[in-house]
Amino acid sequence: MTDAPMDAPMNAPLVSVSRLSKHYGGERRLIGGTVPLLKAVNNVSFDIAPGETLGLVGESGSGKSTTGRVLLQLEAPTDGDILYKGENITGLSKPALKSYRRDMQIIFQDPYASLNPRMTVGEFVAEPLDVHGLAGSRSERQDRVASLFSKVGLDPSFMKRYPHEFSGGQRQRVSIARAIALNPAFIVADEPITALDVSIQAQIVNLFQDLQDELGLTYLFIAHDLSMIRYLCHRVAVMLRGRIVEIGPCEAIFENPQHPYTRALLSAIPVPDPDIERNRRPIAFDVNANLPPEEAVLRPVGHGHFVLGV
Amino acid sequence: MAPLLEVRNLTVAFDTPSGTVHAVNDVSYSLEEGETLGIVGESGSGKSVHALSMVGLIASPPGRIVRGEVIFNGRNLLALSPRELFDLRGKEIGFVFQDPMTSLNPVLTIERQIAEPLRRHFGMSAGQARARVVELLELVGIPDAARRARQYPHEFSGGMRQRVMIAIGISCNPKLLIADEATTALDVTVQAQILDLVRDLKRKIGTTVIWITHDMGVVAGLADTVQVMYGGRIMERGPVRSVFRDPRSAYTWGLLKSLPHGGKRGVNRLYQIPGNPPDLTQEPVGDPFAPRNPFATERCLIETPPLLDAADSVPGHKIAAWYDLRAELARMEGRP
Repeated sequence: MTDAPMDAPMNAPLVSVSRLSKHYGGERRLIGGTVPLLKAVNNVSFDIAPGETLGLVGESGSGKSTTGRVLLQLEAPTDGDILYKGENITGLSKPALKSYRRDMQIIFQDPYASLNPRMTVGEFVAEPLDVHGLAGSRSERQDRVASLFSKVGLDPSFMKRYPHEFSGGQRQRVSIARAIALNPAFIVADEPITALDVSIQAQIVNLFQDLQDELGLTYLFIAHDLSMIRYLCHRVAVMLRGRIVEIGPCEAIFENPQHPYTRALLSAIPVPDPDIERNRRPIAFDVNANLPPEEAVLRPVGHGHFVLGV
Repeated sequence: MAPLLEVRNLTVAFDTPSGTVHAVNDVSYSLEEGETLGIVGESGSGKSVHALSMVGLIASPPGRIVRGEVIFNGRNLLALSPRELFDLRGKEIGFVFQDPMTSLNPVLTIERQIAEPLRRHFGMSAGQARARVVELLELVGIPDAARRARQYPHEFSGGMRQRVMIAIGISCNPKLLIADEATTALDVTVQAQILDLVRDLKRKIGTTVIWITHDMGVVAGLADTVQVMYGGRIMERGPVRSVFRDPRSAYTWGLLKSLPHGGKRGVNRLYQIPGNPPDLTQEPVGDPFAPRNPFATERCLIETPPLLDAADSVPGHKIAAWYDLRAELARMEGRP
């Protein structure tokens, strides 16, 4: 097993994941037999440098969202370690995790399900400030929320409104305002643009970049839309059935993909150009016939570019 | 020859507690036999609702067809009785919906579900239907069809289920197949296979297709004609190459421009369409895209532009716009 692939880091990684696994099932049933074991995340290692965006791509069931959730300790890993600024935070107690929670936030896919319908959006954004006792006086709290609204491109006068009064793109802006309320260093964005209208996606993608430039945020950006990944990310990791099959700088993955699955995935993206699209020949890849063997490890094929192989 | 489908002034509204939702506003177009029409638009554009309302598939109330005619194969569908529509659906117009998980009945075998319309519409015997089911499953590329036909939906993967849905959609050799976001829920590699299958089926059986999607890439590869909808209206329509190469509606132009197009990080900012989708409970006045359109004129806000032939373009390229996008873009780029 090689260690976590490094992209010649200038500084120490902000987040370091090493041999992370999350298995479901496998327990004995009450009456005979065992629940089938699913290795949702299987021996995954990667680093994310401060200020970097790592894209995590894969199809449904590849384990990309589970990786994000386990990374933030929203679920306990079966095995492996998560280091944040060099500190091992795996399996810390809830109170011990609280200070890390301020630093690490998550943005979910569905802006319709992730907002509380009974709370004004202003209260929703202020809630993390209250939880961490950072709200200050009423007017300080109000000012802080107003400045967060401006930062994500929402009119602060919208604070008193309820989620149903907003469109999908505006709701996702509210979620982003809440996520940055505590000045986090690291954000896991789990398919944050998938549920949005096409005409709104570019707005949110630009917002992610602006906030990174302004606040120096580090992102784990989970998506299945590879064209947006290329636009947003410094590096990309491709997941297949719980394993990272290829990881490397964006350019290397898009210009010189090595794993057959990465090639198939890239070849399958529809191109909005009739002449190109009509002649595009997607590469077939039968996942079940090509499951990565357990003993396979990531091997270097280029500068910071690793491919799973035996 | 008369077109297979002619939609005239179709207007659909929903009466909801928060007001009347103007979902489809005065939509007119025609579709020739053998043509593949790609309808693009985002949520609230009216792309799905207009298709469902044509064949009596919107719940009424709250849905209401305000006016219009839908002439399919010489008959006005909006004047048919529920019984006549029931006979028509599946037989003359086939459907494939977005979610193959919820559109199949989990407790019936695949064979029962594909055979149902065959037995209902053609009175086939069980044996005849079984033979046809196997033939259809082979046609949509499901290996080991005879055995797979006796299995239940949960034994099929998402892509295989969508193939089954397409098999049901085409089972009665419909004249028209309407697919509503049929590949949206699928992984990209599976989507690529389904799109290949549809192209292949068109070659083999020549079905006329309406493919509804929000994905410009899917339309680019599949459609002969593209129809761009926004706020319940057709904004632009025409041969796929003309619309993609030479868009005349600011909405189409903005949509195409906001896609990453293989763009790399840090090279330039993604173009973004300003503003938010329209509030459909407002009485539709003017060009629905006007509030978000940097090129909108006074007139766009008060008067609805009709869908007319685009100047200096190919036949069939139509736009609904008061502004001249080409002139505006030339001015923006500082060209004379």
